[in-house]
Amino acid sequence: MRSASMQTASPLDASKKAPRLPLFLAISGALALLAVLLPQALPWIKTPFIFSTAFGIAALGVAILVRAGQVSFGHAMYMCLAGYFVAYLSRWAGGLDAILLLLGGTGFAALCGLVIGSFVVRYRTIFFGMLNLALSMVLFAVLGKFYHYTGGTDGMRVNRAAIFGVRLDRDGFESALLYLSVALAMLIGYAVHRYFRSAAGEALAAMKTNETRLEYVGISTYRVFLTGYVLSAALCGLAGAIFAISQGLVTPEMGYWVRSGEIVFISILGGVIHPVGAFIGSLIFEFVKLYAAAYLTGAWQMTLGTVLLVMVFFAPDGVAGLLARRILAQEGQERKAGGRP
Amino acid sequence: MTATLLSTRDLNLAFGAVVVADHIDFELGEGERLAVIGQNGAGKTTFINICTGLVRPDSGEVRFLGKPVTNLPPRVIARQGMVRSFQLPQLFLEHSLRDCVRIAAAGRSGRLGLWRPLGEAAPARTIEHVLELVGLRERGDEPCESLPEGQRKLLDIAMAMVLEPRLLILDEPTSGVSTEEKHALMQTIMAALDEQRITTIFVEHDVDIVTRYATRVAAWISGRIAADGPPAQVLNDPEIRTSVLGE
Repeated sequence: MRSASMQTASPLDASKKAPRLPLFLAISGALALLAVLLPQALPWIKTPFIFSTAFGIAALGVAILVRAGQVSFGHAMYMCLAGYFVAYLSRWAGGLDAILLLLGGTGFAALCGLVIGSFVVRYRTIFFGMLNLALSMVLFAVLGKFYHYTGGTDGMRVNRAAIFGVRLDRDGFESALLYLSVALAMLIGYAVHRYFRSAAGEALAAMKTNETRLEYVGISTYRVFLTGYVLSAALCGLAGAIFAISQGLVTPEMGYWVRSGEIVFISILGGVIHPVGAFIGSLIFEFVKLYAAAYLTGAWQMTLGTVLLVMVFFAPDGVAGLLARRILAQEGQERKAGGRP
Repeated sequence: MTATLLSTRDLNLAFGAVVVADHIDFELGEGERLAVIGQNGAGKTTFINICTGLVRPDSGEVRFLGKPVTNLPPRVIARQGMVRSFQLPQLFLEHSLRDCVRIAAAGRSGRLGLWRPLGEAAPARTIEHVLELVGLRERGDEPCESLPEGQRKLLDIAMAMVLEPRLLILDEPTSGVSTEEKHALMQTIMAALDEQRITTIFVEHDVDIVTRYATRVAAWISGRIAADGPPAQVLNDPEIRTSVLGE
């Protein structure tokens, strides 16, 4: 009896301990199917789906930090760094496969994450957030000013690459890139899910509630946070590489602070309780933006703002949090009905 | 003669004009159960903070198991076997009781993998045994936010015990616990410590509890050890009776 009352008192904390939620798995599958099947009927939707998958991966990266209780307002810089690295790679080593470009972009972002993270993870809360923002703005300015190397605000072109050695026309390329990103998103979602449940991931979440104690049980918060930071940079890097390859163009605007804000927005909207939250968030974000821009031209930011306000007031744990709450309430009722304590 | 576990030599620390550690020379042998008494602000917790690496002394040295540990960070000292619990329980409030202990165990084993589940970072029986010792096994899956203060203390101590300490320092294990529950709490803690044969320092205000559970008492006054010896001797010292026990 006692344990049942405790669970209803604080359902969300308990939900963090409920990793085998079949509903989340079903949602992930449904999202993937939707992303693969819908474009068969509506071909124009491919690009928004690729973008929303990419931003979902980036938001998942930021979600890692949010679990540690930290928010970065500069993580678009890793998307941007990876994007430019991809652009340079395709310029210097023409004909490089898209897979290698993705790997290269991700690896480069991870490396930058390690270097930048080595000092940034010493800071917390607003200092952490603003330091990331400051660095991203430095990058933005540098990319815009060094015209001869970066193409300035016009950016750099990324030629359409072969995928797995196959050269495709524009339409085929987009389809292939969509399938590839969805497959990657599923794999990464699973990997991040494992990470969240692992010792390192749980220690990262424990950082949010008690850093002192973490040190006192022999765990280095610096290492735990740096690991999370590098992972988040790598995910944002992969997102940036997908974005660059899909768009065929990189501009400094990719690393602008508003983009960073959008990634944070998506991870809050989706919720950080489960990796699928990031993708739900990015899908909502992409399509609200798309339709608001079409039907409420000039007021799409207002629409997005309203969506975020509603979420913050009524579902502070995001869509995934809302779902988790529902599942737990249901489980609680079933338990009561079954007469188990 | 038992082996020396912890020793300090000429520890000094002042916060501005307030001296919180005043030439502290101290030695603790294996198997001892030391009660630390003293009024608020006498420097008891500061002494613990210095020994466990949270606060750096102005001068002096702390040695644990014969090796200097002064200025090492808490995590390194903890891994050498000097572990503490806290006056205000320090838990991972968004985790379940079991996961709090598991995270501590993962810290102990140093296995912070990115792939394997937390539950595999330490043998399940170690976790269950520790929870059993403090009587919280049945509530293992509850979020620790739901625990009342007394049980939070027990969980805090369980998180320390799973680190397999040679020396466990308990900072006011019975503060914030009602008088009726105090003895039951101490009984549970001491039985658990006996079972693991852990040398203990505990800070305590209640003379009954000190008399009952300590083999040695050290009294702190203004950052120095004013008396140190068997409980009967220290607790009957006139200076201690007036300035520490307030009689």
